[in-house]
Amino acid sequence: MKIVIINYGAGNIQSIKFAIKRLGHEAILSDNVEEILNADKVIFPGVGEASSAMDKLRSSGLDALIPILKQPVLGICLGMQLMCNKSEEGNTKGLGIFDLDVVKFPESVKVPQIGWNEITGLQSNLFSDIAEKSHIYLVHSYYAPIGDETIAESEYAFPYSAALGKDNFYGTQFHPEKSSDVGAKILQNFLEM
Amino acid sequence: MLTKRIIPCLDIKNGRTVKGINFVDLRDAGDPVELAEIYAQEGADELVFLDISATEERRKTLADLVYHVAEKVNIPFTVGGGISCIEDVDVLLQNGADKVSVNSSAVKRPELINELVAKFGSQCIVVAIDAKQIDGNWKVHLVGGKVPTEIDLFKWAKEVEERGAGEILFTSMDHDGTKNGFANEALAKLSVLVNIPIIASGGAGAVSHFTDTFTHGKADAALAASIFHFKEIEIKDLKKELKKEGIPVRL
Repeated sequence: MKIVIINYGAGNIQSIKFAIKRLGHEAILSDNVEEILNADKVIFPGVGEASSAMDKLRSSGLDALIPILKQPVLGICLGMQLMCNKSEEGNTKGLGIFDLDVVKFPESVKVPQIGWNEITGLQSNLFSDIAEKSHIYLVHSYYAPIGDETIAESEYAFPYSAALGKDNFYGTQFHPEKSSDVGAKILQNFLEM
Repeated sequence: MLTKRIIPCLDIKNGRTVKGINFVDLRDAGDPVELAEIYAQEGADELVFLDISATEERRKTLADLVYHVAEKVNIPFTVGGGISCIEDVDVLLQNGADKVSVNSSAVKRPELINELVAKFGSQCIVVAIDAKQIDGNWKVHLVGGKVPTEIDLFKWAKEVEERGAGEILFTSMDHDGTKNGFANEALAKLSVLVNIPIIASGGAGAVSHFTDTFTHGKADAALAASIFHFKEIEIKDLKKELKKEGIPVRL
């Protein structure tokens, strides 16, 4: 299986590589169009700030490539947020895969949300054999609200999208690579799609 | 519901754990990677590695350690100790650290926080603050709590938040090592003052201390070292007890 992690200079990619290695696979890091198009699975990571991440995607043309991919694609954290219509962070346009606008958590809760929260309303093969209320690890200040493409919910101040899914595209607000055995199983489910 | 985090802290010198560690099932008590794996299995929510080495090779040694921890451990971890510039942070994050903590270097040059946040994002920048009370006022201390400053803890915490830090790790030097409980009054004041998560550190000696710091101290996470290393409290048992007390934890 050829697994490609999209390389656009964003964040903690080593942890994703290691998590995939623990599942018995190798992932390569690439920004090469051919390589990404020919991958069996594509992982779209992201840590950092939304508008500068989008700038990096645009400068390498990856913003046009990602929405036309046909194989399973998994956006993680900021990766998931960038797959939405737009983000309030840096007031940036997103890739428009998921029909949601990413906004900031209110002042009534501590921002960023850091730690382990529960996922409920699990609705996709991504969550095969994952129990309702399993704990996953998140670090984020912005969130995608609940929408038609929500495939898992979590609650911080109010319910929001912990994961999104549409056709071959998936996104998790949480970090499966850092979410212990639950996260490993979710990654494995993705790799088995 | 977001759960309260339990965080074991490992002191590292030249790539090895420092404090005597009493794990009978450990093949090599000085191997931080093996210890990290055990803590992850036992239900630790996160780990902190505090590097206290002072050699020229420290950056490389620490980067190697971070790489090996990230390879084996599937929970988040923070690395701190002697971090003073963007390059230090870059190397650690590239090798798989989730967050870094800065302490004295941020006090000496507060703009460092803004620079790190701009480059890496708030989510991975923790500011560690060591403080103790002098004549009833909480004052920030440097170099592992040895050098006092005139800086007020609460003013500094507010500034740290305004400069964009994602989290504060507050160690009370008055409580550290006493095993008499955390500095809950100061912690609660911090938690009201700033709107970023607070990790309580210093004073853990019993299960009730954790309960107290999550309720009275309003802490978002609690860090401890020796009580975990010497198995005075097992993380699994601690979390079960916390759950009984109605505190949200990940079991």
